[in-house]
Amino acid sequence: MPNQVTVFLENEQGRLAALCHTLAAADVNMSALTVADTASYGVARLLVDKPEPALQALLDAGYRAKLTDVSAVEIPNVVGSLAPLLEAFDEAGLNLEYAYCFGSGQEKVTVVFRVENPEGIAEIAQRLGYRLLHSADL
Amino acid sequence: MTDKTQLKTRPERYFQPEIEKASADALFAVQSERLLKTVNNCYANIPFYRSAMDALGVLPGDITSADDLSKLPFTTKQDMRDAYPFGLFAVDVHSRVQRLHASSGTTGNATVCGYTQEDIDNWGDCFARSIAQVGGGRESILQIAYGYGLFTGGLGAHEGGIRIGATILPMSSGNTQRQVQMMNDFGTDILACTPSYALLIADTAIEMGYDPASDFKLSGAILGAEPWSEGMRQEIEDKLGVVAVDIYGLSEVMGPGVSCECRVQNGLHVAEDQFIIEILDPETLKPVPDGEYGEVVFTTLTKECSPLLRYRTRDISCIVPGTCSCGRTLRRMGRISGRTDDMLIIRGVNVFPSQFQQAIAEFAEVTNHYEILLTRKGQLDKVELKVETTPEFDFDEIRKIEELQQRIGNELKSNLQVSVDVSVVEPKSIERSMGKARRVIDLR
Repeated sequence: MPNQVTVFLENEQGRLAALCHTLAAADVNMSALTVADTASYGVARLLVDKPEPALQALLDAGYRAKLTDVSAVEIPNVVGSLAPLLEAFDEAGLNLEYAYCFGSGQEKVTVVFRVENPEGIAEIAQRLGYRLLHSADL
Repeated sequence: MTDKTQLKTRPERYFQPEIEKASADALFAVQSERLLKTVNNCYANIPFYRSAMDALGVLPGDITSADDLSKLPFTTKQDMRDAYPFGLFAVDVHSRVQRLHASSGTTGNATVCGYTQEDIDNWGDCFARSIAQVGGGRESILQIAYGYGLFTGGLGAHEGGIRIGATILPMSSGNTQRQVQMMNDFGTDILACTPSYALLIADTAIEMGYDPASDFKLSGAILGAEPWSEGMRQEIEDKLGVVAVDIYGLSEVMGPGVSCECRVQNGLHVAEDQFIIEILDPETLKPVPDGEYGEVVFTTLTKECSPLLRYRTRDISCIVPGTCSCGRTLRRMGRISGRTDDMLIIRGVNVFPSQFQQAIAEFAEVTNHYEILLTRKGQLDKVELKVETTPEFDFDEIRKIEELQQRIGNELKSNLQVSVDVSVVEPKSIERSMGKARRVIDLR
């Protein structure tokens, strides 16, 4: 399962830039970044090429950071490709905590999910003809 | 590696067992004799006390035993400030006073106390008892990380080390990595400092790659000069592998060692041969029953230079009822639950910072570091509590952070009757302190 790096950030100017500097200094490349923000703090979620070294670099720099298991599915970059996937999740009773997408070339889009019981996702992706991605694919 | 499984069960040690285990009658006799001497000293040598006693119509001869204490006048911090610098000294500064200590004086004149050599020795005896209470003795290496200087912490602990004959490592506070290095290299047994600094030392040692609980020889910690919670005690004991006891004292009365916990950790034994403690209702100034909280009032019994009659400490505590299983008969006071003058009045409700600390100690998801921010929004007080989560807390889902903030807020609301906005902040954005932690920022 892909490892997402989750970082707790205070809602303060320059905090995200500092985070990126820390990762750059550790020679970590990011392929996706999303920030969920509230009035006083944010939670940054990122996909990186080297999750473990990224986590260590962040902890050493004094961040609250964790690795989180997420699921990633590659879907075609066409109208109506995401809805059937989410419908299938609903039918299977998978409770979606959050999701985000990022483009991977012209043809495809990667959707990242955090669900409580991710076991059923592989079967659903296969049924719809979508590819379940592993750490190495990201 | 040191075997630390016996820390709380190994045999009790006493520095002055004849006093620490005295019968009630014997102690009363000692207190009475010393009180008479102190009252005579005050009346004969300190004009402030002569006029205060005259105003009440009390003469030294009216005091025949410790039971007559309530006839005597009170002393307040303001009285001490007004007497700045040496107005309350009973002896000549140049010929008799060995040392001066003073409070910081940030809110007015400093309060100054003088110590004769006899005073310093008596003080050392008090702290030496504390060292024995945590299991130490003359073979111990005592690392003193209280500040040395006008503040009584460092030198008070130092005198205790001298009286018990321990090996003293006079570090003062600060230079934390060096503290850790020497603690390891020299084999420190006992650490004396503020609780927040003990925690900083523990965390620094862990960051430096040690496991202090097993790597260090440390067995006891004598911690005081600021309020701390049971949760914080547990964290210090676990991280350092020590028995941590709370020590109490204030420079006006003497310094650390006025009272100190034993390893039973249920109240602080008062050095009753040197101080008479009263717990009074701060409004009526009448005694409250044992177990009930009130203002702590001390009368010194041995001090030559700066004796005090019924000094109102503004600290809130109680007498712990019953006897202690450690064998000491000296009565115990509860841990300080607040100060009458640190009391925050929030939307008309009286609140002590320690109540915040006690409330957050219930939550395993957050650390012991916190900050209270008080602001005013229109006519209303606004309270924000900043906490940081432990590294284990799973914050990946915003919902969990929001839930945690809400649960802490609900707990505070039910304990304090005040609405508090709880916010989780990044680690280390709450200032770590070298001395007394600054917990409250009042911008009202």
